[in-house]
Amino acid sequence: MISMDKYDVTPILQCKKLVAGYKMKSGFVHAVDDVSFDLEKGGFLGIAGESGCGKSTLAFAIMRLLKDNAKIESGEIIFKGRDLARLKDNEMKKIRWVDISMVFQSAMNALNPVLSIGEQLTDAVHAHSEVTQSEAHDKAIEVLKLVDISQDRFNSYPHQLSGGMKQRVMIAMALILNPTLVIMDEPTTALDVVVQRTIIEKIQELRNALGFSVIFITHDLSLLVEISDTLAIMYAGKIVEYGSAEALFNHPLHPYTIGLMNSFPSLTGKISRMGGIEGKPPNLLDPPEGCRFSPRCPQAMSICRKSYPSLENKGENHSVACFLHEGVDKP
Amino acid sequence: MNNDILLLERVSKHFPVNSLRRGGKFVHAMDEISFSLKRGEVLAIVGESGSGKTTTANVIARIYKQTSGSVTFEGREISKNMSREDELRYHKKVQMIFQDPFGALNPTRTVEGILERPFLIHKIASKRKDVKDRIDEILTQVGLEPPEQFTRKFPHELSGGQRQRVNIARAFAVEPELILADEPTSMLDVSNRMSIMNMMLYLKESHGVSFIYITHDLAGARYMSDRIIVMYAGMIMEIGPAEKIINDSFHPYTKLLKTAAPSPEIGLKRKKLITGGDIPSLIDPPDGCRFHPRCPFASDICSLEMPVMKKIDEDHYVRCFLR
Repeated sequence: MISMDKYDVTPILQCKKLVAGYKMKSGFVHAVDDVSFDLEKGGFLGIAGESGCGKSTLAFAIMRLLKDNAKIESGEIIFKGRDLARLKDNEMKKIRWVDISMVFQSAMNALNPVLSIGEQLTDAVHAHSEVTQSEAHDKAIEVLKLVDISQDRFNSYPHQLSGGMKQRVMIAMALILNPTLVIMDEPTTALDVVVQRTIIEKIQELRNALGFSVIFITHDLSLLVEISDTLAIMYAGKIVEYGSAEALFNHPLHPYTIGLMNSFPSLTGKISRMGGIEGKPPNLLDPPEGCRFSPRCPQAMSICRKSYPSLENKGENHSVACFLHEGVDKP
Repeated sequence: MNNDILLLERVSKHFPVNSLRRGGKFVHAMDEISFSLKRGEVLAIVGESGSGKTTTANVIARIYKQTSGSVTFEGREISKNMSREDELRYHKKVQMIFQDPFGALNPTRTVEGILERPFLIHKIASKRKDVKDRIDEILTQVGLEPPEQFTRKFPHELSGGQRQRVNIARAFAVEPELILADEPTSMLDVSNRMSIMNMMLYLKESHGVSFIYITHDLAGARYMSDRIIVMYAGMIMEIGPAEKIINDSFHPYTKLLKTAAPSPEIGLKRKKLITGGDIPSLIDPPDGCRFHPRCPFASDICSLEMPVMKKIDEDHYVRCFLR
């Protein structure tokens, strides 16, 4: 378990030994395997990893929006003192979007093409609270203003907006009921760098003003290091390294984290040939024995192929699951 | 002795919109693009979506025919109407790697079936045995080893990175002189990106080809290229040696791209973006400099006149009135 003694407030979200996955003909795929973390109020947790590492499954598990063939197998998701994993569907409905909302990966597909954005925003209000038409309308105009979209866009249809604007509408929709936690699943991946930057600035500005917490999921580690307070690196369903963004960037410990860091050429400094990571993530139906990264790890030892290392504390707010660092206190 | 393999002179491409109506308008996807490419050089074209970088590659690859201007390849102007033989000869020398590794491979053919086509079409090898040897050789070069494990596979059985390797193998199979790579890594997983980039650099060296590398990622452009072109709304804004574009960029748009790029080293010291906004409509591009509506330094002249490309240093040109 990761200690959060730096913050005396109780975390708003605690994930404890969460296991979730998909039922397949050939067995159960553990897409999220024994994941634990805390998120404090107003915190910004970044989750990084390749496709298929379970980061989106984790997000959908917290939202309780997993597909029919998927389920939460064990573990707890404690949110404001209640375990979301055990809530009945109708109780979860009262929390979803009101307390926890989500910005989906591709705004282009998440918005309904035959409804104006104004209708979609007011729908979101009506679905979760008893308000009059005009109150909902005012609320929608208000959130659009938050994300810098002028109110004459209220009756526009999604295809009339640019990609960046659609993504901002998605953010507006996530904020419309003033949630405590917003989960963002690759909100800027399909966007250009400049648009991405303006969206990120907007998110940070709104977070400072409204005080919600964020779980930000992306594969772009260089972006994540810059914007998060805390980072979790996921590989094949497990968190392999966890800690403050600063610690992870300055002293990455896990060979996978180091590999990810080496996958982005830098804009400043000297150019050197960079490595990236050879191979591909394992098949989760039949994960390798021992450490799941061992088949791709340049420093794998014989023990790595036999047993799985546990997430161990290494210094303040930094932990890693790797035998290379077992028993070593500080890097 | 002229060392240029490719020369574009004032090439424009305008797409008609509502072409059935008279007096229809045009999308100015590419306007007055001029640049040259030296033999063995890697030239990166950087810009946001809609800046015209893919159109530029498609015009060079003759997927589109330019509206005006001339393209010269190996000292000969490429005419708009080529005979079938000339067209084939040109395409043997100029190959393209596409952005989407999933869409670029025929799903009904095996890797072998996909890779034997260029050999047969360009009549490089005709005997079954020769073709097979060449396929094995090129698969090994792109890191799909052992080849016999991949030749029988269909695209859906491969991962994204492996598919892009097949694409690259197909482009290199005909021993081209020029490769046009259109965002070849943007749809790949992070861990694959560097190995694909390194492999392209290695193949470029070993085959001695020239490269046009299109990307929206400035850091990736720096890693790959000798020179960088920065495009905005269909026009070249700045062109120069990669290090100069990154470290001594002059155009406000290049600077904007630089501040927007994620860069953890800068971290908290990051300056806030001074400009927002989107790329302008290319149907009615703004008068004057196309960047002026977003430019923090715009003055009156910028909205009236289009600045010309000016030389500010060795090989370094910029289109801006500030200079």
